Amino acid sequence: MTRRMTGAQMVVQALRDQGVDTVFGYPGGAVLPIYDEIFQQNDIRHILVRHEQGAAHAAEGYARSTGKPGVVLVTSGPGATNAVTGMTDALMDSIPLVILTGQVPTFLIGNDAFQEADTVGITRPCTKHNWLVKDPAQLSEVIHQAFHVATNGRPGPVLVDIPKDVQFATAAYSPPDKARIGHYQPRRKGDPAAILAAVEALERAERPVLYSGGGVINSGTEASRLLRELADSTGFPITSTLMGLGAYPASGKGWIGMLGMHGTYQANWTMHDCDFMLCIGARFDDRITGRLDAFSPGSIKVHVDIDPSSINKNIHVDIPIVGDVGTVLAEMLDLWKARGRVTASEAVAKWWQQIERWRGRNCLAYRNSDKVIKPQFALERLEAATRDRDRYITTEVGQHQMWAAQYLGFEEPNRWMTSGGLGTMGYGLPASIGVQIAHPEALVINVAGEASWLMNMQEMSTAVQYRLPVKQFILNNERLGMVRQWQQLLHGERYSSSWSEALPDFVKLAEAFGAKGILCSDPADLDEAIAEMLAYDGPVIFDCMVEKHENCFPMIPSGKAHNEMLLGEDATTDAIESGGAVLV
Amino acid sequence: MNALSLKKGASSHSAYDLKNPLGDRQETHTLAVLVDNEAGVLARVIGLFSGRGYNIESLTVAETDHEGHRSRITIVTTGTPAVIEQIKAQLGRLVPVHDVHDLTVEGPAVQRELALVKVAGTGEKRVEAMRLADVFRARVVDTTLESFVFEITGTPEKVDALIGLMRPLGLVDVARTGVAAIARGA
Repeated sequence: MTRRMTGAQMVVQALRDQGVDTVFGYPGGAVLPIYDEIFQQNDIRHILVRHEQGAAHAAEGYARSTGKPGVVLVTSGPGATNAVTGMTDALMDSIPLVILTGQVPTFLIGNDAFQEADTVGITRPCTKHNWLVKDPAQLSEVIHQAFHVATNGRPGPVLVDIPKDVQFATAAYSPPDKARIGHYQPRRKGDPAAILAAVEALERAERPVLYSGGGVINSGTEASRLLRELADSTGFPITSTLMGLGAYPASGKGWIGMLGMHGTYQANWTMHDCDFMLCIGARFDDRITGRLDAFSPGSIKVHVDIDPSSINKNIHVDIPIVGDVGTVLAEMLDLWKARGRVTASEAVAKWWQQIERWRGRNCLAYRNSDKVIKPQFALERLEAATRDRDRYITTEVGQHQMWAAQYLGFEEPNRWMTSGGLGTMGYGLPASIGVQIAHPEALVINVAGEASWLMNMQEMSTAVQYRLPVKQFILNNERLGMVRQWQQLLHGERYSSSWSEALPDFVKLAEAFGAKGILCSDPADLDEAIAEMLAYDGPVIFDCMVEKHENCFPMIPSGKAHNEMLLGEDATTDAIESGGAVLV
Repeated sequence: MNALSLKKGASSHSAYDLKNPLGDRQETHTLAVLVDNEAGVLARVIGLFSGRGYNIESLTVAETDHEGHRSRITIVTTGTPAVIEQIKAQLGRLVPVHDVHDLTVEGPAVQRELALVKVAGTGEKRVEAMRLADVFRARVVDTTLESFVFEITGTPEKVDALIGLMRPLGLVDVARTGVAAIARGA
């Protein structure tokens, strides 16, 4: 039996049928009919943000911490354009989002009407797919298709643009099981011949490494379990990209730390010197590879990825396996077990001795101070105080983000939300709101820099409105720290526009929002101040005044190879040669 | 103190001279892309090429299955083998794309292009233009006392050749369709 309803009712019904419980959004003229329907029901909760970019990042935080798609509802024109950064962020980090935008009525499209923008045109390159629905009869089907596309294959943001007259018009509603979802069905199973070749290479490997990425998290918790089983039963060392932290526990015996530009010494040397690399759900990003022609020159590379365009994009791999990470890991493990669980264990033991020598460099060591709080120290204390709690961390972008990745330990997937691919300053605060909405009882901390945090600080008002006890842990160095670091290394210490002048008083700012503010500048007070933050039942802005000129090490300068890493004590002038200077 | 004590030579030019295994010569490939003929599908394909910096030498589009609303886009592109592989993979993951065929590697294919060539002139030049058109099996589709419009069908090279010959004979204007291509055999 088909039910007839208005387009606006269909939107709400389709969201309900897709299991959506939360929508992040901001109303406006072109979405008023949908907001009217939201008002008249109780199944779907609407979270009113303060800026549409915040809605998109909050939905990302929700999606990354739950594995479910995040839903955004914004109006036409500026509502849609404000959400573009969040869509691009989700596209780069493969986060499933469904963005619903209002549009001017169909008869005004192309007329430069009030709050009109070519939303599908603007968002075409920053969504996985998008639709403009002009026919009310297709609306429900398109929304179901949107959820299908967002969550299948490599996840990503999708957008459905709905003109206002379509929201008012009446048509028949198609439930999800009746809707045609089109031909989009990416393959999940790996090619058996490639899996056999990969297992054979794994069995022979003398200097292996497992290199995992965000794809493992996206594939679901079962993929993380299989990754752990593979690492632990082979005894292979495992490293991960920024996006993949938590898939394998930081306390696990195979863990050698994050790799890449600010990864650990042992992880990058292991990648460089290995003879077998199993890349699982990562994409050989430039932050990982460093100089391409010097990337792990002697290894057989296996690449498991659900997106065929990731294969051989940057690095030529020997054994590509297109498929879902979880499915392929299960297939590989089954085959490896059936063949007798062979590894070159003696050689691998010797390899571990080498890795332990690298680990012995203690690359994350830093010179502490009893006068000023070192950012690394602040994170170590935060880690010590929160390690045993059900803890979710979001970050902004910059030095603090890398330090958080280095000094906090992630034991479970979906506990670490950071803008990796796009590097969006202003991501962390709204993301922490999305996470807290999804996990009301959990401890949610946004590790921030003061400059990033200011970019979306209006969302503090959202946190207060919904009584979300998000902790904003701001490492305040009064500098755009990463920019300053690059200017020091690369631009002759000319610190062009990289300091934060006229910063607000964060404690007063917190109070103005109706939150709690804590200022800490003495290392001796830090533990107590962190305890106060954690004990407070409500949102907190923690202004942690840290050393202003600390650099983030280790660092592989752009254009350099993995074995050309800079460590903390290194001389840092002229670290990047002219060839690397053009890289970002 | 240099904590790493890097070996000289490992830093600037290369400890490793790893050749790209796919080679770095430029190749021209003809791709047939079968898509749902929905709004914006061509913009998606073209946006992919411009956004990722790929070349388009020629592009033709038309709906080939009116009932199924399928279009066939024929693209001639150039790039290194690795770039060509990327182009195919990137096209393949667009949601409305059903299939991507590389006609250059999938076996022999027929390529044809149609051009309308306007030539103006009188006297000996006009006669010569007519004679050359005949050699190329071009048809006259319009004529006045001082001009012809020739219609020629053939490979892009054949069309280029005719246009080149017409230039000194009073070439005024050319309209080309771009390449349509299909695999030989069944």
